[in-house]
Amino acid sequence: MSSRNIILASIRRSLGVSGKEAPRRKAVVDRLKQHPSGVVPARGQLAPKERIKLFCTMVEAANGTVEEIPRANDVPAAVAAFLRSHNLPMSVRRGDDSRLTAFPWDRERTLEVTTGPSDGGQLASVSHAFGAVAESGTLMLTSGADNPTTLNFLPDTHIVVVDAKDVAGDYETVWQRLRDKYGEGTMPRTVNMITGPSRSADIGQTLILGAHGPRRLHVMVVGDQ
Amino acid sequence: MNRVTSPRFKRNASEAIADPALQKAMSAGLGFVERRQAAADRLPEFDALRDSARDIKNHTLAHLDLYLEAYEERVTAQGGHVHFAVTAEEARNTVLDICRKVSAKTVTKGKTMIAEEIALNDFLEEKGVTPVETDLGEYIIQIRREMPSHIIAPAIHLNKEQVEADFRRVHTHLPPDRNLDEPATLLAEARAVLRERFLAADVGITGANFLIAETGTSIIVTNEGNGDLTQTLPKVHIVLATIEKLVPTLDDVAQLLRVLARSATGQDMSVYTTLSTGPRRKDDPDGPGEYHVVILDNGRSAMLEGEFRDMLRCIRCGACMNHCPVFNAVGGHAYGWVYPGPMGAVLTPSLVGVDQAGHLPNASTFCGRCEEVCPVRIPLPRMMRSWREREFERHLSPATMRSGLAFWAFFAKRPSLYRLATNVAMRALSLAGMFFNGRFSHLPLAGGWTRHRDFPAPQGGTFQSEWKRRKGHAS
Amino acid sequence: MAEALANTANKPVSKRVGLFATCLVDLIRPSVGFASAKLLEDAGCIVEVPSQTCCGQPAFNSGDRTTTREIAMQVIEAFAPYDYVVAPSGSCAGMLRVHYPELFRDDPNWLPKAEAFAAKTFELVSFLVDVLGLDRVDAKFDGTVTYHDSCSGLRELGIKAQPRKLLRSVSGLKLDELKDADVCCGFGGTFCVKYPDISNVIVSKKVDNIAASNAQTLLAGDLGCLLNMAGRLQREGRAIHVRHVAEVLAGMTDEPAIGEAGSQDREVPA
Repeated sequence: MSSRNIILASIRRSLGVSGKEAPRRKAVVDRLKQHPSGVVPARGQLAPKERIKLFCTMVEAANGTVEEIPRANDVPAAVAAFLRSHNLPMSVRRGDDSRLTAFPWDRERTLEVTTGPSDGGQLASVSHAFGAVAESGTLMLTSGADNPTTLNFLPDTHIVVVDAKDVAGDYETVWQRLRDKYGEGTMPRTVNMITGPSRSADIGQTLILGAHGPRRLHVMVVGDQ
Repeated sequence: MNRVTSPRFKRNASEAIADPALQKAMSAGLGFVERRQAAADRLPEFDALRDSARDIKNHTLAHLDLYLEAYEERVTAQGGHVHFAVTAEEARNTVLDICRKVSAKTVTKGKTMIAEEIALNDFLEEKGVTPVETDLGEYIIQIRREMPSHIIAPAIHLNKEQVEADFRRVHTHLPPDRNLDEPATLLAEARAVLRERFLAADVGITGANFLIAETGTSIIVTNEGNGDLTQTLPKVHIVLATIEKLVPTLDDVAQLLRVLARSATGQDMSVYTTLSTGPRRKDDPDGPGEYHVVILDNGRSAMLEGEFRDMLRCIRCGACMNHCPVFNAVGGHAYGWVYPGPMGAVLTPSLVGVDQAGHLPNASTFCGRCEEVCPVRIPLPRMMRSWREREFERHLSPATMRSGLAFWAFFAKRPSLYRLATNVAMRALSLAGMFFNGRFSHLPLAGGWTRHRDFPAPQGGTFQSEWKRRKGHAS
Repeated sequence: MAEALANTANKPVSKRVGLFATCLVDLIRPSVGFASAKLLEDAGCIVEVPSQTCCGQPAFNSGDRTTTREIAMQVIEAFAPYDYVVAPSGSCAGMLRVHYPELFRDDPNWLPKAEAFAAKTFELVSFLVDVLGLDRVDAKFDGTVTYHDSCSGLRELGIKAQPRKLLRSVSGLKLDELKDADVCCGFGGTFCVKYPDISNVIVSKKVDNIAASNAQTLLAGDLGCLLNMAGRLQREGRAIHVRHVAEVLAGMTDEPAIGEAGSQDREVPA
């Protein structure tokens, strides 16, 4: 008997079932299909304007920085300004996300922009988030050529653009958007839920930012809701 | 399996108590207790979420066979491989096979208690594959060749000076006179050293906090980002999990995520909560080419039947040990294996046998703080008591304890005899106490008490005899 | 006259309380039993003390369910005649109220008896406040006290506000909250003698917190905890008095405190 079948048999023996019982099978099929949500905190259940405000507060509470940019075309200038204000080299890498491609990057003459995944040699990256959750100040990023996962982790500084309309009040809303985009029961290779820059308190109980992931996380909330 | 020293728990504990560096580290702690309380206070729905989390876990365990099948189907449909392992040995061999197929030389590892449970690192090293721990705390204890002393903060028992000494000892390629005064410089050094290992690794092994049946997804929860670099950069990503990590849906996992980080460190969410499903897709510019999930049983399916099933709800947050007066007194290593604190006291006997781990459920005051803070409401003291019952039935408790108990029980079951004997004994002890200023610093047969405490002398005759005398009541 | 008659007519039937003294009170410090009885009688109860030994916790926590059940049956029967069973101990009351029904969960004969027994059993201060509705006592105590929350009372029975409410009504008394009041003192029944070194670390932390408070007197609702903390305080030479909270609430503090000289073989004031 394969290990798989040994384990399933052992589970069934412990539970006192055969595995063929219809009510049990139905309960499982139903739950997987209907994916009922449970307790959703009131915290994020706000009107769009208040929701954005909460999101920004939570990002900062997690040691990230955040700014609102009403006009999408101002993003390249904001990126340049951010790098300058931190004395960082004027160079970023981004993915092929069409929303990023649409920004007028060439207006920023001093800013070098390359595209593709990171190989560890880049100091700053720009990603576009799939969405965000105000409840905890969490960004949701999906893998793929649009926003390569390595851009989220290898560079020192990570700048993430998110559309104001995609800032949800709770995780459940974003889960449903994932289902709508990728299909039921289907996911991209990676969904990163990111809340603040990388950190560790493992040495002498002192909290330090920038353990293995980015030291700096800067969020740009773009457009009106 | 990793060497089990739980039988010498008392000796381990004494050594821990006599270790000033450890005692200082445990006293300082990481503020987890206060932070958890603050996070709970900030979320009015916290207790309702704990009930929800418990119910989801209970439902899943009651249907575990079916959810495992559903999960396996989704993983396979999206290009991943599921390997089932009944025993630790099988899990080790499965991991080694996967590594050998890609001629892996180094393997980076995110934090996984399962790897400790099956003693994976030593095994891989023996077979010529080099494992590199990337979680900072795990990296530190790896170079000290120690086990983790806490399931969330593995190096909590160490101070900065100890870490500095280890880095100097091991990072011999760096200038010996370099400045390592601050935790920040130590962290920067670890980041640089490990960055090279991340980029060079052939295989990355992570654990899984949860496995989601709806989508065939594994989830890791970290703050450092090491788990993500481990699972994204190499050619192969292996997930090590056990059968009870299953959760039905994304919505169900949201319930659990809302109580996990809050219970562990007081954060609303950890910095990186990552959902991984299958290998890189056709047009992905990065990500592993292969995705393998090794699902281990190692005694858990047997736990589904019987009084320890509730233990399978555990989501490994560490809240129980953070709040435990015993854990805070002796640290994690005293428990002698992988899982310390109250959850270790209940789980370890199930996995290694109560004959080896019997001390663990006995070394508890049953103060109940663990159960009070458990996000999935596991009745830990009750299960520790169940282990004591099993030991009693099997005559595993020390003979002196059994006979002492039998002596006491003889009287306790015979009220008239009890009243007579205690009245005489207490009067005598009380009289003796008059010579010792009302308390004894030494008392025959009470060495356990008087080693560290005085024993207050009884007031005189017993309450029952005094009451009868005063009130003239017949009893 | 009419008013007096009306009062008599409205006077409720006095509650018959079986006092479960607890073995530690019975053996080591009877004055706690007398203080408990006084509080109950002052609140209008009729108090009796049926023949008793122990609630059975030592056997229960050692894994001997058989002996525990035998003792439990004895207790349930001895206290059958009473409206209420009251114990000056959170851990004993917890055993009687929470664990007795659990002991007989598979026994259709005894389970109803155990549940009925549990439903009428209370820890002392909780009984006074939650059942009798007491919100003050007529006692005087000059000095600052601090209060340790015994684990079972706190977590099994929800006792936290009640003792503080009554203590605040004691004339002259000042209450200084203890840091980590709700953290275990390290007694744990047989734990403190099975693992004395670990128990010592825990009680030493508790003693440090007690010493750091402004109190000259430590109070709690459980004699086990009190003996443990008094024993360590005295071993460290600290001059802090230790008493059961019932003694202060009943105004019976002439008796020397726990472990202090002269508390032996004295006539307990009537």
